[in-house]
Amino acid sequence: MIVDHQLPIIFAGLMAFSILVYAILDGYDLGVGLLLPMDNEQQRDKMIASIGPFWDANETWLVLAVGLLLVAFPSAHNIILKALYLPTAMLIIGLIIRGVSFDFRAKVNAQKKTRWDKFFKLGSFIAAASQGYMLGMFVMGFEVDFSSVAFSLLSAAGVAMAYALIGACWLIMKTEEELQLRAINWAKNAGKICLVGILAVCIINPLINSFVFDRWTQPPMAYLIAFVPILCFAFFAIGYFTLQRLPAENDNGCWLPFVLCTAIFTSSFVGLAFSFYPFVVPGQLDVWQAASAPESLRVILYGALIVIPCIFAYTLFSYRVFWGKVRDLEYH
Amino acid sequence: MADVMLLSRIQFAANISFHILFPAITIALCWLLFYFKVRFQISKHPVWMRIYRFWVKVFALTFAMGVVSGITMSFQFGTNWPGFMATVGNIAGPLLAYEIMTAFFLEATFLGVMLFGINRVPPWLHTLSTFIVAVGTSLSAFWILALNSWMHTPAGFEMRDGVAYAVDWMAIVFNPSFPYRLGHMLLASGLTVCFLIAGISAYRIYRGDNKKAPTLALRTSIFLAAILTPLQVVMGDLHGLNTFEHQPQKVAAMEGVWDTTQGAPLLLFAVPDEQQRTNHLEIAIPNMASVILTHDPQGQIRGLNEFKGEHPPVKPVFYGFRVMVGLGMLMLLSSWLASFYLWRKKSLSKWMLKFFIAMTFSGWVATLAGWYVTEIGRQPYLVSGVLTTADAVTDIAPENVGISLAAYLSLYAFLLFAYVKTLFYMARKSVEIEEYDAEEYTPARTTGSSEDSQ
Ligand code: HDD
Ligand code: HEM
Ligand code: HEM
Repeated sequence: MIVDHQLPIIFAGLMAFSILVYAILDGYDLGVGLLLPMDNEQQRDKMIASIGPFWDANETWLVLAVGLLLVAFPSAHNIILKALYLPTAMLIIGLIIRGVSFDFRAKVNAQKKTRWDKFFKLGSFIAAASQGYMLGMFVMGFEVDFSSVAFSLLSAAGVAMAYALIGACWLIMKTEEELQLRAINWAKNAGKICLVGILAVCIINPLINSFVFDRWTQPPMAYLIAFVPILCFAFFAIGYFTLQRLPAENDNGCWLPFVLCTAIFTSSFVGLAFSFYPFVVPGQLDVWQAASAPESLRVILYGALIVIPCIFAYTLFSYRVFWGKVRDLEYH
Repeated sequence: MADVMLLSRIQFAANISFHILFPAITIALCWLLFYFKVRFQISKHPVWMRIYRFWVKVFALTFAMGVVSGITMSFQFGTNWPGFMATVGNIAGPLLAYEIMTAFFLEATFLGVMLFGINRVPPWLHTLSTFIVAVGTSLSAFWILALNSWMHTPAGFEMRDGVAYAVDWMAIVFNPSFPYRLGHMLLASGLTVCFLIAGISAYRIYRGDNKKAPTLALRTSIFLAAILTPLQVVMGDLHGLNTFEHQPQKVAAMEGVWDTTQGAPLLLFAVPDEQQRTNHLEIAIPNMASVILTHDPQGQIRGLNEFKGEHPPVKPVFYGFRVMVGLGMLMLLSSWLASFYLWRKKSLSKWMLKFFIAMTFSGWVATLAGWYVTEIGRQPYLVSGVLTTADAVTDIAPENVGISLAAYLSLYAFLLFAYVKTLFYMARKSVEIEEYDAEEYTPARTTGSSEDSQ
């Protein structure tokens, strides 16, 4: 039997999990949008075909994450989204532009298609950058002064870069020949910048938030958690050598960069979550203060225990159906 | 404060109005796609695939618009109405969570298979995916309407320290107005799609597309509309009777009844005047409103004056109701007339085609009018008798709400324009390029029974 005291922790875990899944899944399709080359229509078609069957379901993880924040921690939802009101509106507008361009481009005549492709790229950029900006603001405790805005802008660029990286890795896995070579190059460049970005956050975050500093330096937890950044940088190193060797014969290992990238995302996320747990709003509200009534949480939890495995099952099914290299745009 | 409230209300109304346009299409269109697919599977006649292929494109576009505008909804729920979650979050939360978990993932995932998997999975699995997406959209309507109906006729809860706690989940979900609202909305979606298909197909025929596909699509949609309209009138009537029981002030506003009356007339037209608390320019059928609502010519209808300060603004509710019912009647007449022509003469005259082109988006207008009646009719409450709208509003700076509102409105105007334009562009393009399919013109098949039934 789950006691009331544990429910908020479970829900914080569920929410963190869906944010992570969202960042990985929508990360790669936003990244593909960011990378869209305006000089080659055929490649654009291929790239968009590679994310076609997935983007909608990927975005649903964002709906779940926001939904969990809203229903499990309403007061935190209120504080966070109020502080981030305009960046949220930007994010939504970016997602709207991107989502509709994807469909309009396939329905209109050739000349307008290029225009919708530009919209697609722009929307992906707005969405990725606003997410980065929101993350930056969250880390800075929603202060609005020069240094936190500057930090958040950096974070916006960093998240966009991270999405470009995972998008490029996705393309390495899903495409062949010329486009794949291009993707490998994209991944190399984006990877370097991401590495610098992650290092920067590792240094700045503990310096500005004293509780983060304490947490990372106080034994015994500090020894355990120290593995996370070490692993993260190890993944980067392996990724670097892998990219040098690609494309390999028979396309061996084309999936490796994507897996490594997922591992990098996960370890960065775990590091961040460790810094802030148990706060939902840094320094203001912890999970117990923010949670809604246990009766209602329990009703949701029982449903979630049944439904989430089903979601996994049919998500796997859909990835199986579209397994392998992307074929020509076979729309509808 | 008042400014934020007004802006937040306009913003919420704009967002949800934009959003509902697309679910109103996708909910029923997906069932029709399933029907087309099954007809193809049974008859193997390519014309059904033709129809499917055209409308699945429309569906994909509409679905994308529905999803992205829905994401807006999920963010703004808490942002603009924090008092809503603070007071009734324990009830709204699980309903919203169940919608996301059971409906959104299901439809979004199988949508991929449905749209892109036709050459990758066996035909039965593709048809099954179409079916699952249809179930998903209807399920999503189920949950969100359960919440919305609960806001109109709350049940199964208790208030402790100003916060609602769930007592009986069955009573919450199946609250008194829920069955009527769900039925009415699903039928509204069906009608919206019937008139959309009829309008676009009529446009194709009008432009000289003499192929089998648009003709058959037109027949299917008009026959279906002829069945659904009477159902909708009956369902609407039942809905109204239920509202009369639970929200009498809303019905009084819909009917424009100021003083409690025995044997109230049915106003076909009037100009309600809230200052003088009376109507001008009445055109009325004596005693009819009482007959409809109480089944007794002398039945009593409680007037607005009994609810002074507690009733909704009269004009929008009054006019909105007439727009919806008026369009419903027009749909009834036109679909029956056209069915008669199609049955006797096998085709429609030019002016009838023009009429259906003009009616393409009539379902949208009626649906929006209906929602305005329902939602404005609940004011000044957000949750009837529990929470007023004024208590739920946010304290975000009005400038910020203003900026976001302006951005949304211009984006929506642009997208709506692009959407409608693209629909007609697709219709024109399919007139021009749809390749000649010999099989479609084999007389033995075109007159075959497989296509004649609706
Ligand atoms: C689950 C909740 C829910 C659902 C499904 C809907 N609404 Fe609603 N509606 C609200 C919850 C709500 C609300 C939160 O209760 C609002 C916000 C402000 C208010 O007064 O009530 C509201 C207000 C509101 C208003 C403004 C009323 C006023 O301020 O006077 C309009 C015009 C609509 N809605 C229209 C719609 C439409 C077109 C819907 C079609 C889907 C719809 N609503 C579904
Ligand atoms: C006011 C509250 C509402 C909220 C918060 C809301 C939220 C959402 C969200 C987040 C999505 C996107 C889901 C995805 O990613 O697939 C969505 C789509 C959808 N919504 Fe709503 N919605 C609301 C009102 C309604 C109403 C009243 C209906 C129907 C009667 C409805 C029916 C649907 C359907 C069928 C979809 C599937 C996508 C589509 O049809 O294009 N929603 N909604
Ligand atoms: C012709 C006879 C009709 C009658 C008598 C009727 C009756 C009603 C009533 C009484 C309501 C308000 C219920 C409440 O707020 O409690 C309502 C709402 C609504 N109507 Fe109608 N209606 C009719 C036709 C239509 C048509 C043709 C459409 C759309 C195609 C439509 C779509 C809606 C919608 C979307 C709502 C709001 C959702 C709801 O409360 O169910 N109605 N209708």
